[in-house]
Amino acid sequence: MNIILYSERPDLASELVTAGRAIMDICGGALQALTIDDDEQADFLAARGVSVHRVRSDQPSPADVAQLASAVHQTAVALEADMILLASNRRGRELAGRLAQKLGGGCLTDVGRFEVLDGRPAFSRNALGGAVEDVRCMETGKQVIALTPHSFAAAGVATGPGPVSDLPVRLSPSLVRLKETIRKGADAVDIEKADILVVVGQGIENKEDLTKAAQIARSLGAEVACTKPVATDRKWFSEERIIGLSGKRCKPRLALLLGVSGQVQFTVGIRDAGAIVAVNLDEKANIAYVADYLLVGDLKTLLPELVKRFSA
Amino acid sequence: MGFVVVSDHGKEEAMNIVVAMKQVPDLKMIRIRDRRPLLEDVPFMMGEIDRSALEAGAELREALKGKLIVLSAGTEPLEDTVKEALAAGADEAILILDEALRDGESALVAQVLAAALARMPDVGIILFGEGSADNYSGQVMARVAEILSWPQVGYAREIRIEGGVAQITRSLEDCEELLEVPLPVAVSVVAEIRQPKTPSVTGILRAGRKPKTLWTLADLNIGLNGGAPVRTISRLAPVSSRLGQVIGSVDELVEIVKAKRGPS
Repeated sequence: MNIILYSERPDLASELVTAGRAIMDICGGALQALTIDDDEQADFLAARGVSVHRVRSDQPSPADVAQLASAVHQTAVALEADMILLASNRRGRELAGRLAQKLGGGCLTDVGRFEVLDGRPAFSRNALGGAVEDVRCMETGKQVIALTPHSFAAAGVATGPGPVSDLPVRLSPSLVRLKETIRKGADAVDIEKADILVVVGQGIENKEDLTKAAQIARSLGAEVACTKPVATDRKWFSEERIIGLSGKRCKPRLALLLGVSGQVQFTVGIRDAGAIVAVNLDEKANIAYVADYLLVGDLKTLLPELVKRFSA
Repeated sequence: MGFVVVSDHGKEEAMNIVVAMKQVPDLKMIRIRDRRPLLEDVPFMMGEIDRSALEAGAELREALKGKLIVLSAGTEPLEDTVKEALAAGADEAILILDEALRDGESALVAQVLAAALARMPDVGIILFGEGSADNYSGQVMARVAEILSWPQVGYAREIRIEGGVAQITRSLEDCEELLEVPLPVAVSVVAEIRQPKTPSVTGILRAGRKPKTLWTLADLNIGLNGGAPVRTISRLAPVSSRLGQVIGSVDELVEIVKAKRGPS
């Protein structure tokens, strides 16, 4: 198996190095990384012992996924790659579909892990909104696999650096003009990396109670995350705090869920937590199957008490 | 080049807005027995993010002076499911019905939607949800864009169209990008773009009378040679090792949380 890997983010690319090596252990073959107009990342990945091709584009336009796909596609053809590993962040997912179409190959995004079946890798991803997990195999010669961020450990620095070489590609003029990049400001949190999370669900009904949840989080040294409707319907948080199928997958050591009913699209994002402790009014809600410990009760009365107890 | 083209007759030519819809099983109704999903009697519905895309599309209708067309590929109940989109404001529906579309395999669906789009006149923009409610793979928009050689923008939080050009805000994990793209363009939207509205009673009553066009794979000259690029080997609910222990008091909860938090 000839594998190449690409992500615009060096941290995610180094996770792909780990995953790629594990696939090579199964199938044999070679693993090579590519960077696009990013020499710093090329050095970073070479230090992890992987062979790196620095793609030089004549008309770089990183916001244009069509161009990005064209650059990766040309490299894949030049290197005779069978498998292209990408990160399943937003940019990576957008790239995955276009690249797979160019290659005439199958594609899986949001792959969390893989196993060996008949000497081939078989990939696991959620389906039916997270109610089930599919194991899927690729039937095409060319395949694009996008891996969920933080599903694999980042590759560390190797004893000897990998070789670095340049690879020019030709791109057609971009149709997408990037006018402005706006960094996400103060609210740019990475709940995926949080050790402890307090998760706000729709059972928290007003801003006053929300403040109390935030207080508890502060006392516990936790980040605050939320279920999707709390961000998209109530607009209490920005989307980077959403846990779930279309949000983040989190693996905190401890998650305290406040007023979360535990719909399946949410639970896929918290399934890998260490311990899950929940407070919810409805004992019959799905949260009873999701949590390790469930306290049934009304948050209106319980929140003030919890604030007091945790701040003590 | 622009979407509002002044023709020889001096009349503005409108462009249409297409919203791609996937019918998905009602996820709240799926029960699990022996780790297997029970899908019999689970009704189909229009996915939530697709409804957000439809709402965003409805707002673009004025700028483009065209129709809002819902496009979907799937199996038989689709004729019924699409009424949700028609009730929520779509002007007409174009449906491709075929048993082969049951699994909704991304490569095939993209091929079908692209073939349909190529036959539809004056399409300025096609909107997708960022991922389907059930599979959440997010491939179809990009595949369709590649087949048609259109530009693409994923994860749109805001779309404005003026003078044949779309101004789109793409929402990524750590930043937002303000992009300018000529039409036609394929776009996927995040749920935040618009909150779907509940259809009005008149909307629901009108839905049944709105035009529906049905196509088959044969109509689109799509043959099914070769198998699917991806094969599903197993589909099982994950085994939960959670304790599921109901605790009786705040004291107990505080103690557990403090123990699990570890030394601060």
